[in-house]
Amino acid sequence: MKALTLEIITRSLGEVGSTVVYVLVAAVVIEVVLYLLLTRVFRSKYAIPAMLLTPAIIGLLLLIVIPIGWEVWISFTNMSLRHFRDPEFIALGNFVRVFTDPILQQARFFPVFLQTVLWTVINLIFHVSGGMALALLLNRKMRLKGLYRTLLVFPWAIPQVIAVLAWRNEFHFQYGFVNTTLQSMGLPPTRWMDAPLANFAAACLVNIWLGIPFMMVIILGGLQSISREFYEAAEIDGASAWHQFRYITLPMLRPVLTPAVILGTIWTFNNFNVPYLINQRELETTDILVTALFRAAFEYNRYGFSAAFALIIFAILFVFSVFYIRVTGSLRSVYE
Amino acid sequence: MSAITKIKKTGRSGFFRGGREDSPFKRLVIHAILILACIIAVYPVLRVFSVSLRPGDRLLSTSLAIIPEDASLEAYRAILVDRDFLLWVWNSLIITIATAVVGVILAATSAYAFSRWRFPGRGAGLVFLLTTQMIPAAMLMVPLYILAARLGAINTYRGLVIAYSVTSVPFSIWILKGYYDTIPLDLEEAALIDGASRMSAFWRIILPLSTPALAIVFLFNFMQAWNDYMLARIMLQRPDLYTWPVGLWNMLFSYKTEWGVFSAASILVMVPVMTLFLYSSKWLISGLTLGSVKG
Repeated sequence: MKALTLEIITRSLGEVGSTVVYVLVAAVVIEVVLYLLLTRVFRSKYAIPAMLLTPAIIGLLLLIVIPIGWEVWISFTNMSLRHFRDPEFIALGNFVRVFTDPILQQARFFPVFLQTVLWTVINLIFHVSGGMALALLLNRKMRLKGLYRTLLVFPWAIPQVIAVLAWRNEFHFQYGFVNTTLQSMGLPPTRWMDAPLANFAAACLVNIWLGIPFMMVIILGGLQSISREFYEAAEIDGASAWHQFRYITLPMLRPVLTPAVILGTIWTFNNFNVPYLINQRELETTDILVTALFRAAFEYNRYGFSAAFALIIFAILFVFSVFYIRVTGSLRSVYE
Repeated sequence: MSAITKIKKTGRSGFFRGGREDSPFKRLVIHAILILACIIAVYPVLRVFSVSLRPGDRLLSTSLAIIPEDASLEAYRAILVDRDFLLWVWNSLIITIATAVVGVILAATSAYAFSRWRFPGRGAGLVFLLTTQMIPAAMLMVPLYILAARLGAINTYRGLVIAYSVTSVPFSIWILKGYYDTIPLDLEEAALIDGASRMSAFWRIILPLSTPALAIVFLFNFMQAWNDYMLARIMLQRPDLYTWPVGLWNMLFSYKTEWGVFSAASILVMVPVMTLFLYSSKWLISGLTLGSVKG
């Protein structure tokens, strides 16, 4: 056991402090050199933006682009725990095997993919509709508004791992409050941890609980920015509440909702903590693509295979996002 | 005539947009729904709190009472004194604060470039930033570990701080760029005419006006680093460097599962994030959405 001594405090502060200073000094030096180079030598009109962007570009190159390059290379090899030092080049073998072989012990790619789509759709429908309902209720002058808003943001504010582990206890067959509540209402208790369908439902419930506050906050911000004049005009024309919602609120929320839905889809599709931790018995039926990916990589140590698998997941999300952005025509404004 | 009186009466009370003159019954229903929603949102946390107060021999109980009859702080004493918990929290805290500072600085300047200049590759850059959000977290673990091992960044705070702040830069840039876009160009132009340089206009006009968005970006960076388990797990192998997620996780699976102690720890690690959340809640809504609303 190691106590938190003064010596540890000073040593760690020194290391972290110097890191911050190094990063800042490096960034400033790079910026100044680049700025002088671009203005004096190249006379570029983009000297300032280039200088502002360079530190972030260097960081992203080092920590995202290069690792992705590595990942692509690994995906063409049979790297695994056994072939860690001497991986062989096997071309597209891994990519073919993702679709032809089981990705875990029994689970195959397409059923898991459909499960992931189902997971994403269910969660997103509840996130958006739940967040929308709460935001509409909160978007008025009322007492206790601040208190409600604070309490409703709780699920977002607590560390996700803790929230999920806490929920896992609550799905305990005998002692969890979910079954206790069910029984007090005269309903039979459910085997949330063992039954495949119930376990998947439990994961969905937890993730819905976790995800509503984010949507609520986003939508509330959008609602507050809509001018009241639209509604006043609509009321003079005799528009019903539903029509006002359908023809004023929804269209005006679109610039807020579209990026939120895209991000929400990506985050849900890639959510690791919830399905992985709720799945106490390691049921392959609850796995979605990213949890299967984690198991393939770190439990079965099939690095080459999981690299190919990861790139395929990435490609699916990429195609979806491009498609969605094209169809809705959103994000166009960011390019202007 | 009747139409006008009707408007005056119903005033601004459409259900879908909130008004000042809701009928008492409607207000009652709205409060009832919101109270129910609040209970659902908070109850699981209260349960964790409740478990943390239970004496060791009664951890499993079907009772739904929040404060047990024989409440004790034994679990808190156990986690604070008998375990390395304080060390883990300290490690997390300094890594997290450094991450948030570096992350905000990197993103604030880059986002300004994206917002104010139409340079070649700008559109592609923004799409690239969005694309990075689609990378499954597990995907980069193997290459990042190999990279960190080559650069000697294993078992250092430094490696983690840089990795966290860079990986959250894309999202931060998106939020900040959207926010900068809403600030009228006239403000800077006025300053430029008065002889200020571009950078001092940025420093003295744009940054102070962007406090809500900067607060949100700080919060996001903070939460990401504070809550991360996966990267810390592979980068930190010495127990004295563990962050709380790694330490707590190990504790949970190496000792016999002591839910009381785990719950006490959970309550304690919630405190910093909750504080930060409550403190920044006045900026939360405007900082997150103002940028995208403008369109």
